[in-house]
Amino acid sequence: MLKIQDLVVNYGGIEAVKGVSVDVPYGSIITLVGANGAGKSTTLRAIAGLVKAKSGSITLDDEELLGMSTTDIVAKGITMVPEGRRVFPDLTVLENLKIGAYLRKDDLKDDIEHVYDLFPRLKERSWQAAGTLSGGEQQMLAVGRALMSKPKIIMMDEPSLGLAPIIVQGIFDIIREIHRQGTTVLLIEQNANMALKAADYGYVMETGRISLQGSGEELLTNEHVKELYLGKKKA
Amino acid sequence: MSVVLPYLLSGISVGGQYALIAIGYTMVYGILRLINFAHGDVFMVAGVMMVYMCASMPWYIAMPLMIVFTVLIGFAIERVAYMPLRSAPRMSIMISAIGVSYLLQNLVAYITGGLSQQYPTIPFISDSINIGPANTKVVTVITPFLVIALVFALVMLINHTKIGMAMRAVAKDYDTAQLMGIRINSVISTTFVIGSFLAAIGSVLYFSNYTGVTYTSGAMPGLKAFVAAVFGGIGSIPGAVIGAFIIGISENIVKGFEAMLAVFGINSNIGIATFSDAVTFALLIIILVVKPTGLFGEKATDKV
Repeated sequence: MLKIQDLVVNYGGIEAVKGVSVDVPYGSIITLVGANGAGKSTTLRAIAGLVKAKSGSITLDDEELLGMSTTDIVAKGITMVPEGRRVFPDLTVLENLKIGAYLRKDDLKDDIEHVYDLFPRLKERSWQAAGTLSGGEQQMLAVGRALMSKPKIIMMDEPSLGLAPIIVQGIFDIIREIHRQGTTVLLIEQNANMALKAADYGYVMETGRISLQGSGEELLTNEHVKELYLGKKKA
Repeated sequence: MSVVLPYLLSGISVGGQYALIAIGYTMVYGILRLINFAHGDVFMVAGVMMVYMCASMPWYIAMPLMIVFTVLIGFAIERVAYMPLRSAPRMSIMISAIGVSYLLQNLVAYITGGLSQQYPTIPFISDSINIGPANTKVVTVITPFLVIALVFALVMLINHTKIGMAMRAVAKDYDTAQLMGIRINSVISTTFVIGSFLAAIGSVLYFSNYTGVTYTSGAMPGLKAFVAAVFGGIGSIPGAVIGAFIIGISENIVKGFEAMLAVFGINSNIGIATFSDAVTFALLIIILVVKPTGLFGEKATDKV
């Protein structure tokens, strides 16, 4: 289990995360929802070791990850699909997948085939530079690239951002499929409706704190959540 | 033709030597967005090391050893002077680079007493050879071929190996590269190792054409190579190589300009040759006015 306890992170001169505790048991989809600037991304980046936490603890199976380099955290089996996909635009689709498996030394053939099975569109574009793909295809590639490291836990930062609704639906189908195949998912979303429907358990973040938590269904029916994040006014 | 040929030959040769230095500038810039001002001095130190080593051992042992030491120096400079400043503003690293440049120059001035050291004669490559009407050294002829072979190997490394893929990724996006499990620092070190290796080879080719090495010997070729890298579009390896050849050839054509005019019966005596460096820079300015990112440069994508 990935366990975040009392995490405090300063970012850009302000305390962006003010004591957040989140549990991510293996085999689950956990989501963190909340408005822009609530500290969701900073939390994720702290888990990935991309920003330094001020205090608190992040443990994977009781091993402290705080202070480890991003590379070591990836080696422990936690990977991240960054916000805005961040595929390597000059590398081909295939190279992007290969680089996702940078730390692996075994044969990648089966895993590349597996990603191509999940995303047939990528197979057609295997030799194309990733920068020429559409936004949705780049998101598929970013997810496929993350899967190439064979992670225990895959963190996704706003995978639906800037994508057409029909594509967003496809992305969420993939998230469920990845989960079904045994990968634990920690998902960050502004699209609270979609995220909570997919998630086993959710946390609502407001100005750096967890304001609410519960199962996906509980949060979907919560009046406060409805009003703030689902765009439904109280009757 | 008989007038142009010697200038053209030495232009191609000098261009190839600039290219080997320019690759070091352009690769480091591509990954760190840093103009490594110390690079020309690493090149000079390679020359001075060769002088001292050849005094106590045969050249075929001295040369590989000199290359190894140059690579170690390049590696150490990055670790000591640049790595601690990784998250500092870029201007700070640049100042650190200028500091290293002067440190190397002062160190060599101290060791050599500021005197020019005679560069050892390396058998075969220092021999004379006649190409048609032009008499030149073997090094002039083999330089372009060696440069092309090295550049080909480098391009293969970057496009078809795992470390090459990592270098391309790090050049684009530090954070995401780390999320792939890439160790940024070892990729950056590899870049310095390659740059120093090529500069070491370049120093053998370059100084074999001159009589001596002194502590300022790296400044001019370093500057020319830097200009070549900017000319070709800094960050681009093919750009740096082509830029270097253009600069090498054009400065030598300018040197021979009056001799060439004389063939057509135009005798001028204004001493254009003296202005060969100024002409080179004028050329750079014109190119940059027309194409601000250089011949093969990417659009200005400053790294945040």
